[in-house]
Amino acid sequence: MNWLYDFSYLTGGIHNSLSEHFEPSTVTLIEMILAGVAFMILFAILGLVLVYAERKVSAFFQQRLGPMRVGKWGTAQTLADVIKLLMKEPLMNKNADSFLFNLAPYIIMIAAFMAMAALPFAKGLHALDFDIGILYVSAVSSLGVIGILLAGWSSDNKYSLIGAMRSGAQIISYELSVGLSLLTIVVLTGSLQFSTIIESQANGWWIFKGHISAVIAFIIFLIASTAETNRGPFDLAEAESELTAGFHTEYSGLKFAFFFLAEFANMFIVSAIGATVFLGGWMPFHIGGWVGFNNIMDYIPPIFWFFGKVSFIIFLMMWFRWTFPRLRIDQLLTLEWKYLLPVNLMNILIMAFLALMGWHF
Amino acid sequence: MEEVTQELESKEYFINMGPQHPSTHGVLRLVLSLDGEIIKKVEPHLGYIHRSIEKMCEHDSYQQIVHLTDRMDYLSCHINNEAVCLAVEQALQLEVPDRVKVIRTIIDELTRLSSHQLWWGVMGMDLGAITTFLYGFRDREIITDIFEETCGARLTMNYNIPGGLFFDIHPNFQKRTKDFITYFRKKLPEYDTLLTNNVIFMQRMKGIGKLSKEDAISYGVTGPTGRASGFSCDVRKQHPYMAYDKVNFKEVLGTEGDCLARYKCRIAEMWESMSIIEQLIDNIPEGPVKVPTKAVIKLPKGEWYQKVETARGEFGVYIISEGQRSPYRLKFRSPGFSNLSALDHMARGCKIADLVAIMSTLDLVIPDIDR
Amino acid sequence: MHNEGIQKFILDRVPEAECVEGTQFLQVTIPSEKILPLASELKSNEATSFDFLFCLTGVDWPAHMEVVYHLKSTQHQHQLVLKAKINSRENPEVATVCHIWRTAELHEREAYELFGIKFLNHPDLRRLLLPDDWEGWPMRKDYDDPINMIAY
Repeated sequence: MNWLYDFSYLTGGIHNSLSEHFEPSTVTLIEMILAGVAFMILFAILGLVLVYAERKVSAFFQQRLGPMRVGKWGTAQTLADVIKLLMKEPLMNKNADSFLFNLAPYIIMIAAFMAMAALPFAKGLHALDFDIGILYVSAVSSLGVIGILLAGWSSDNKYSLIGAMRSGAQIISYELSVGLSLLTIVVLTGSLQFSTIIESQANGWWIFKGHISAVIAFIIFLIASTAETNRGPFDLAEAESELTAGFHTEYSGLKFAFFFLAEFANMFIVSAIGATVFLGGWMPFHIGGWVGFNNIMDYIPPIFWFFGKVSFIIFLMMWFRWTFPRLRIDQLLTLEWKYLLPVNLMNILIMAFLALMGWHF
Repeated sequence: MEEVTQELESKEYFINMGPQHPSTHGVLRLVLSLDGEIIKKVEPHLGYIHRSIEKMCEHDSYQQIVHLTDRMDYLSCHINNEAVCLAVEQALQLEVPDRVKVIRTIIDELTRLSSHQLWWGVMGMDLGAITTFLYGFRDREIITDIFEETCGARLTMNYNIPGGLFFDIHPNFQKRTKDFITYFRKKLPEYDTLLTNNVIFMQRMKGIGKLSKEDAISYGVTGPTGRASGFSCDVRKQHPYMAYDKVNFKEVLGTEGDCLARYKCRIAEMWESMSIIEQLIDNIPEGPVKVPTKAVIKLPKGEWYQKVETARGEFGVYIISEGQRSPYRLKFRSPGFSNLSALDHMARGCKIADLVAIMSTLDLVIPDIDR
Repeated sequence: MHNEGIQKFILDRVPEAECVEGTQFLQVTIPSEKILPLASELKSNEATSFDFLFCLTGVDWPAHMEVVYHLKSTQHQHQLVLKAKINSRENPEVATVCHIWRTAELHEREAYELFGIKFLNHPDLRRLLLPDDWEGWPMRKDYDDPINMIAY
């Protein structure tokens, strides 16, 4: 069971057994393929689980049961949906730009995949561990907006276009807040590398160690990342009561499923970043100096800690979505530029001061 | 070079909002002239479910006309039925028994409550808070259950007939209605916690879609929409019919005339409706529930106009009779039609999101507009 | 103001008006040419101030057309039914009142498409409920549509 606590046993084992049989370059190739397949499986499972979770969570917020018919407790409902979406006819407007129209869903998916590659899932379970991990993830995750813009632009539908333009304005604005709120913690860690950030939280998570500044940064991160993933109350790009379905109005079947999946994947990615930077990633809950307590916490494998924290943040985001009304576009931009951004900048200054004086734990 | 500047300057473009659109609540088609997201003009194109009910009425007997009114404003169908029945009773100079008056009034108010509950749920959904929709429907379900037990139908009840009611109320009616009022008195504050005090909601509603009192009167905007602008237009107060002169209730008047005022007006009306029902539910007099009429009702020569207060505003029936079994001309003055005419005035300069908010506070029911 | 007062008010301005004390409202029939000055007078005069037009419709009589205005004063709470009698059934025309009561704009469009009554100076007189290419005026008594209408 050692591998559950440190995945380098597992990954190292695979690497060693491959090296016995193949050339080093072939080994790298096989390992890349293996990692790719693993991510695809994870992606599919994430889609299934998160869609089911969203339905159940929304159902309980709305005092109903949600899907109950397909499978026990409706667990196979998403699977049925996938089959339905696969069998649907892919439609396209006559005047739509077919190349861009077909390209858009793939760009969104690719952006989500690329971001996922740098996430640390557990100790030793980490496809890429750069020294610029945070920078890379936040850069790549905002590539998705190009897909949304393309989708809106090429659909030959004014609703889609409005949705895409809204989304462009929104994501570019909120990108700032996401980046700056992450920077607040980077000030403390002094590193952009995910593994270093996690190691630095071995004796307490940053949200507890970083005083009020870290809490503010976490709240801003939550708001901004919800906006960045185009989820309610910031789902202006879709805004089904205003723009029917916004940028994906004209998509059907599998291509629509890609947008749908990408939304959930993005939600997972931002939650994972949030969990890693603010809540210690796969690091168990430790309190500096309490050795016995820390040992008990260590019994829970890191991968459970990671997914537990991620699901907590995902739950928070679902909570927002099912309780708040949607903002208007100008209110959305006001919130970002007049409130979140100044608060964020001040917060970084305070945090830098704290770090300089060494007042954090 | 010149061509380019011209192209850049032609900023306005058109969008067809509807007839298939989630927040037009039916098949209303609005042609929006937009500059970016700002609305320059809203032009309603109506008639997607025009059934020419007025023409049909010219061939129908008065009993048949009553059930056609169900299909107009289906959310306040009982009140619509009542308008025709009252007009016919007035023309025949029938005095309906007190029991009928009280039962009609109670069911009117239950209808109004259920309509407002649905409006509240749908309005939340229009603003993006989908949860409210389910909350509204949860409470509305109880009222439709009461209706089902009373007259067999849940939505298009057709319970009124000229001269009274189809049949007596169910023995459970009083108990279930009282239970509902006790239940809903606890639940209505929940509506406030969920939406009214929400920051985003207040931002979305306050100061949006203003309609002054003068404009409200000029556009003929009635009902809660008109009252939120301070236009005192409650038919129940000004021309009391049925048992409304026997009960105490406030006419809820707003001053601002914006979306928030309309919202608050409707919420306050729900409290008033509950108080009206409470005053009447224990005092239903004994007696018959209908006055016998002839199988073929022929109104004397003349004309009658009867107005009632539906959940959306003043609903009027204008009957011109030539002494035949069908009216010579029958006109329905539907509240939605007049309320819609003010939409352009209210929505100019707003954003698309505001238009959705304004439309949902107008509480349009499309069959009522198209007839 | 009571019905007698309103009756006198109208008769002073339009002597040929026919007043009938109906069961509910005072009904005044005037020639269609006189509607515009009288309507603006009824709205603007302090004594009458009929500011709320709650119903506007057309009626097709065998020999003439009629536009019926149901008026109410929100200040004095009195009501009036004003009927503009149009003698020509072939080409009925009447002046619009939509600048006096804004609600008339849609109501007049409806009356136009159902009865074919032309409202002069109406800003946007088009078909409202029916398709744009509809022929005929459906609410007229002589309208005949053997395909869609079942007469019985």
